[in-house]
Amino acid sequence: MGKTLVDKIWDNHVVVSKAGFPDAVYINTHFIHEVTSPQAFDGLRKRGIPVFRTEKTRATADHNVPTIDQHLPIKEALSRHQVEMLTKNTAEFGVELYGLGHPFQGIVHVIGPELGITLPGMTIVCGDSHTSTHGAFGAIAFGIGTSEVEQVLATQCILQYRPKRMKIEINGQLKKGVVSKDIILYIISRISASGATGYFVEFAGEAIRSLSMEARMTVCNMSIEMGARGGIIAPDETTFAYIKGRQFAPKGADWDKAVAYWKTLHSDADATFDKVLSFDAADIEPMITYGTNPGMGMGVTQHIPSLEQVEDKERPSFKKSLDYMALEPGSALLGKKVDYVFIGSCTNSRIEDLRMVADFVKGKHKADDVVVWIVPGSKQVEAQAKQEGIDKIFEAAGFQLREPGCSACLGMNEDKVPAGMYCISTSNRNFEGRQGPNARTFLASPLTAAAAAISGKVMDVRELV
Amino acid sequence: MIHPPAAPLRIYFMKKNFQHLVSSAVPLPIENIDTDQIIPARFLKATTREGFGENLFRDWRFDANNQPRPDFVLNNPTYKGEILVAGKNFGCGSSREHAAWSLGDYGFKVVVSSFFADIFKNNALNNFILPIQVSEAFLQQIFTAIEGDANAQLEIDLEAQTIRIAATGQQVTFDINPYKKACLINGYDDIDYLISLRSDIEKYEASREFNF
Repeated sequence: MGKTLVDKIWDNHVVVSKAGFPDAVYINTHFIHEVTSPQAFDGLRKRGIPVFRTEKTRATADHNVPTIDQHLPIKEALSRHQVEMLTKNTAEFGVELYGLGHPFQGIVHVIGPELGITLPGMTIVCGDSHTSTHGAFGAIAFGIGTSEVEQVLATQCILQYRPKRMKIEINGQLKKGVVSKDIILYIISRISASGATGYFVEFAGEAIRSLSMEARMTVCNMSIEMGARGGIIAPDETTFAYIKGRQFAPKGADWDKAVAYWKTLHSDADATFDKVLSFDAADIEPMITYGTNPGMGMGVTQHIPSLEQVEDKERPSFKKSLDYMALEPGSALLGKKVDYVFIGSCTNSRIEDLRMVADFVKGKHKADDVVVWIVPGSKQVEAQAKQEGIDKIFEAAGFQLREPGCSACLGMNEDKVPAGMYCISTSNRNFEGRQGPNARTFLASPLTAAAAAISGKVMDVRELV
Repeated sequence: MIHPPAAPLRIYFMKKNFQHLVSSAVPLPIENIDTDQIIPARFLKATTREGFGENLFRDWRFDANNQPRPDFVLNNPTYKGEILVAGKNFGCGSSREHAAWSLGDYGFKVVVSSFFADIFKNNALNNFILPIQVSEAFLQQIFTAIEGDANAQLEIDLEAQTIRIAATGQQVTFDINPYKKACLINGYDDIDYLISLRSDIEKYEASREFNF
């Protein structure tokens, strides 16, 4: 019987499989950052053991870093301490660090792919739930907790049960003005924030196949927002073309051998999935969220469900959510005034995202009372944007192009949306307080966010492209 | 019964044996409680595992002026205990283990819900906090029992995998994988086991041509 892609990669990485025990799974690449690693290094110290495979561990500083004046010491004492701890820990344990000031620094899920560290067939973990991003390359990639970070540092392995398999097909072609962020927001709105819990999701179908690598990363990135252990897309020529020539990618004869192997990485025709869902790309319109979990999303022209449309049992949570957002059940969001626009995060901060926004805003200027933050995903994205003159377009539009980091996606640094304000954001979570205490988040695509930046309100971007 | 390696190499952190617990419970009948609510990101800057309990549910417990919000259950002295009972999809969102640390540091040993997010479940078990998944119907029975008597006792027997509402005698069994159950009961952690596999790991590495 045929195997799914996830099973093929899983089987290639099982070190020990014993009845009753979770599998000991070998990890090819372990990314670490300043927030979820210090306690793991402490654990190694207490046990008196080293990092088992330093060359398979890469570190960067992203969650806490300021996005202006990165050349200066970090002002906020606790953030500075945490970033300094990462420097100290990586030096002591011999792990390579792409810290502030390094030309490779950036959001961990942006730099892995752009440096050619992320490759098909790999197992990849990081103490960050959006590690699912790397699944876009045909890798098994998932987020872990700090105790698991310590396991991987100590043994290059992790204990895991084999996940259930789900396939989500998006058939047909996307309509104009609809981009990959809309695909994933649409799926989550259809199956809920817990609709894929326990599953590893393979995305397939014509609409997925036709996406660029960066667009595929956006889809896999938000797999966790429907509860999935991870998302994955079978590698193809688009994947190989993206990887070829990157810093750490295989070269020469190794490249040829690698590609020959990677071409075997797809679900067999007779492989069975525990669950298969199919959607039609033509049904997807530009999406926006209205509530406080990513499952509370709708087409931008739709109305928020009325109380009667929500099941009895779910009404208290639904009401709590809309109270937080100060929105009425049954109302529309089109025309709703926004105060902030955030274009960034591991979901949408890559060069194609910035190009998409720049193409749209070229020759336009932001609305007067809107603050627009553009935060590139990495130093390399920032440099590329400047090389292409995108920075000038943003400047002319009144947008602030800042320096790389996680920024207002989770507001660990100073980039917080003030209480009560509405932010249209290309990030991945609209949880209460996510972008700052009492901040209100609408998740959307870079295009929809750019349209809001220009008009100062929620717009149907299809009217403008 | 599954036995992790005969002698755990070392025992650290919050490891403690867990078999049986009788306690009142704190009800939080809200669905999709994400880890940003359990511990907001701005409190993730500590570099140790201790002290997160004071910021557990920070923005639900305290207002912008750091005054307790009287309507939040943790500020209501009527409700206390070592068990948190919450609506479905508890612990979704960020992988931050700080969520489990803050629950444990506050004093919770068990979280009961009708559904848990995967990463949170692992993090909880790795910190010797037991996530108990029950049916939606039984969850409602627990909420009803607490509504009737804030001091309603829940009895949890890990060995037998049962949870019981003492006053009504309503009891169900719950699932836990046998390996994790043995870890909880004996105070072992995953690293003890993985380190014992070192020669298998090295053998695996030697068998691979590429790092993928």
